[in-house]
Amino acid sequence: MDQVLLARIQFASTTIFHFFFVPLSIGLVFMVALMETMYVRKGNELYKKMAKFWGHLFLINFAVGVVTGIIQEFQFGMNWSDYSRFVGDVFGAPLAIEALLAFFMESTFIGLWIFGWERLSKKLHLACIWLVSIGTILSGFWILSANSFMQVPVGFEMNKGRAEMNDFFALITNGQLLVEFPHVLTGALCTGAFFVAGISAYNLLKKKHVEFYKASMKLAIVIGLIGSIGTALSGHTQAQYLVKTQPMKMAAAEGIWKDTPDPAPWSALAIIDTMKKENKFEIEIPYAMSFLAYSKFEGGLKGMETLQKEYSVKYDSVVGKGTNYIPPVKTTYWSFRLMIGFGVAMILLALVGAYLWRKNALDRSRLFLKLLLPAISFPFLANTFGWVMTEIGRQPWSVFGLMTTADAVSPNVSSGTILFSIIMYMLIFTILAGVMIYLLVREIKKGPEMKHHSNDKISTDPFNKVGA
Amino acid sequence: MELSELWFVLIAVVFIGFFFLEGFDFGVGMATRFLARGQTERTVMVNTIGPFWDANEVWLLTGGGAIFAAFPHWYATMFSGYYIPLLAVLLCLIGRGVSFEFRRKVDNPKWTKIWDWVIFFGSLLPPFLLGVLFTSMLKGMPIQDDMNMRAGFTDFINVYSLWGGLTVTLLCFLHGLYFLSLKTVDDIRKRASQLAKKVIVAVLGALVVLVVLSYFMTDIFEVRLIPEIALVVLIVLAYGLSWYFNTKQREGLAFTMSGLGLAATISAIFVGLFPRVMISSISKAFDLTVYNASSGAYSLKIMTIVALTVLPFVLGYTIWSYYVFRKRVSEKEHLTY
Repeated sequence: MDQVLLARIQFASTTIFHFFFVPLSIGLVFMVALMETMYVRKGNELYKKMAKFWGHLFLINFAVGVVTGIIQEFQFGMNWSDYSRFVGDVFGAPLAIEALLAFFMESTFIGLWIFGWERLSKKLHLACIWLVSIGTILSGFWILSANSFMQVPVGFEMNKGRAEMNDFFALITNGQLLVEFPHVLTGALCTGAFFVAGISAYNLLKKKHVEFYKASMKLAIVIGLIGSIGTALSGHTQAQYLVKTQPMKMAAAEGIWKDTPDPAPWSALAIIDTMKKENKFEIEIPYAMSFLAYSKFEGGLKGMETLQKEYSVKYDSVVGKGTNYIPPVKTTYWSFRLMIGFGVAMILLALVGAYLWRKNALDRSRLFLKLLLPAISFPFLANTFGWVMTEIGRQPWSVFGLMTTADAVSPNVSSGTILFSIIMYMLIFTILAGVMIYLLVREIKKGPEMKHHSNDKISTDPFNKVGA
Repeated sequence: MELSELWFVLIAVVFIGFFFLEGFDFGVGMATRFLARGQTERTVMVNTIGPFWDANEVWLLTGGGAIFAAFPHWYATMFSGYYIPLLAVLLCLIGRGVSFEFRRKVDNPKWTKIWDWVIFFGSLLPPFLLGVLFTSMLKGMPIQDDMNMRAGFTDFINVYSLWGGLTVTLLCFLHGLYFLSLKTVDDIRKRASQLAKKVIVAVLGALVVLVVLSYFMTDIFEVRLIPEIALVVLIVLAYGLSWYFNTKQREGLAFTMSGLGLAATISAIFVGLFPRVMISSISKAFDLTVYNASSGAYSLKIMTIVALTVLPFVLGYTIWSYYVFRKRVSEKEHLTY
């Protein structure tokens, strides 16, 4: 296998794995911060227990998220050194700022939060978890500003064959960033919400700690509703932006080979033949594509064949004659649909939850509670498919219009080395995932701390027996 | 001073910060085997660094990010060239990081034992590997005219780089022992201080050998004779004083002095490099320098503004968190990790 393919496999697998933990961290810590806020404002111990219990689960997840994140920062230089030379000027800055502004904040205040329950005043302790939450959100902002540059390069000029930053403000107000950041953030809220909802549902089904999990469920429904509807709205805006900035990605995501009629129908399902460049069988919803692309029931879209010709005229001078600008169509098409499918399912579940809450029947509808168990996976799947669509759909580019993925790879790293590192990462990821799931299940089974002795931890400390 | 020169200094400062801070938590990690007697003591030790290690590690990430942003070519050459050592550092840091969180999540001594071994190796190997990395950089690596480094085994691993790795590991271990004597009580505190009295002998010996080796294997005394001699004097003085303060049970001062020694050691590396960032063993013409490896002036200006605005806050809340957890840690209290 060649280096490019291996480096891509490594990037895909390590980022996808990392991004299981990131949105859960962002969403969950925000909810824990809300729980602790309610505790500090109302003095109700129930909320403190909630903050502690969900905080425990957050910490296990956060630890894995942090350590798998370190790989990302090293990886650009290790596997993609030509990319790093080419865009480091623009791309390195957000990464460095992310570390300075967000990582320090997260890591310092999470330490203060974990170890500070007895040492800090209630309000100061609460401030710590909010700073962690803000840190995770800021971190998302900076890394997405870097990613947005890869989708829609702005704020730079070419100098001696390298992209050099010339407008920082343009970089952080990139139109792509303004649609991508809210989408990722609301997606993260969904992830936290459905995680809390699913675990609460499991316990409500078993009728354990009903009051505790009902309160958790209510918060999850609120956040889930905001998150899922917000994801859909921001996603809609993002799709419209995509039509303008990366029409090829959108055409691939919709399986549009030839220019559509005006108004354009939306392809709900299709059997795509990438060899013949046509769709054999298709279920279409009239007008819908025009609405998705332009928010009105008129306007056609260019197909991939037309765009291939247009891109050839525009970019062949950059990357050479005969380049295929069409990304892997099936992957882009299906990951887009799966993302939307899981997203819609989450909206429906959140709405049903809100309805049941109003009817005061949250713990009684067993079907709803049972549905919430598999729904824990929905946001994870939607997040992953969303990124697959975004990154695969951008191919053959690493930086759109400027550099192809094939040109980005390190020339001095052999495929054997990359393969070896992939094996090492996969080995360690498998262990981490296994341990993490085992620990989460254990913590969930143990449930919230319901005893009233504040020093019970010490008496269960096994090392008092072993040591001294 | 040009901005690219300023960024070289800032990156040096970040790495000094990293070794000063993460240095002691690496050292504490090593002490969990070389000093601790049984799991209870290990638990106490791990909890002395509990609130800090994560933020300390961010200094490394910030260093990496700053190199990427300010010197893209340096970042590209170093990270792709040192692929395997950096992979090993990553795997260690991954294992170590989760182990702190996982080690007592299950009430079973066997479970804890596994994670404690990961903590030990995860704390022992990274300073060694980073020591190897920095000293081999100083000696020069086979960097070709396309700025890419294609190194073989003996470029990474040779007498000089191994000694560099060993020395950095010892410096971190000593720093960790002083930290433990400062942050624990009774028996551990006493034993940490006693062990430090032995380790300092090894530290001074290792440093002397490293200086001699550097004279023969690198050009740092040719290009920067006076500053390097001044730094060597400072290093010896700092460690000498740390020895003295340790014998007088002035734990805070002993710790500060070993921190100063570490800072001076890292400074000596960066001073020896300047104005080069990566030295080519093939030809002087292929050296990467602060001038040919840096980002554009605009990018550096933005980074300077951001760094100088944010860094005071970072230092502020970092110091505050050390103040909050200033108390010594003992097994009698509730230990989180």
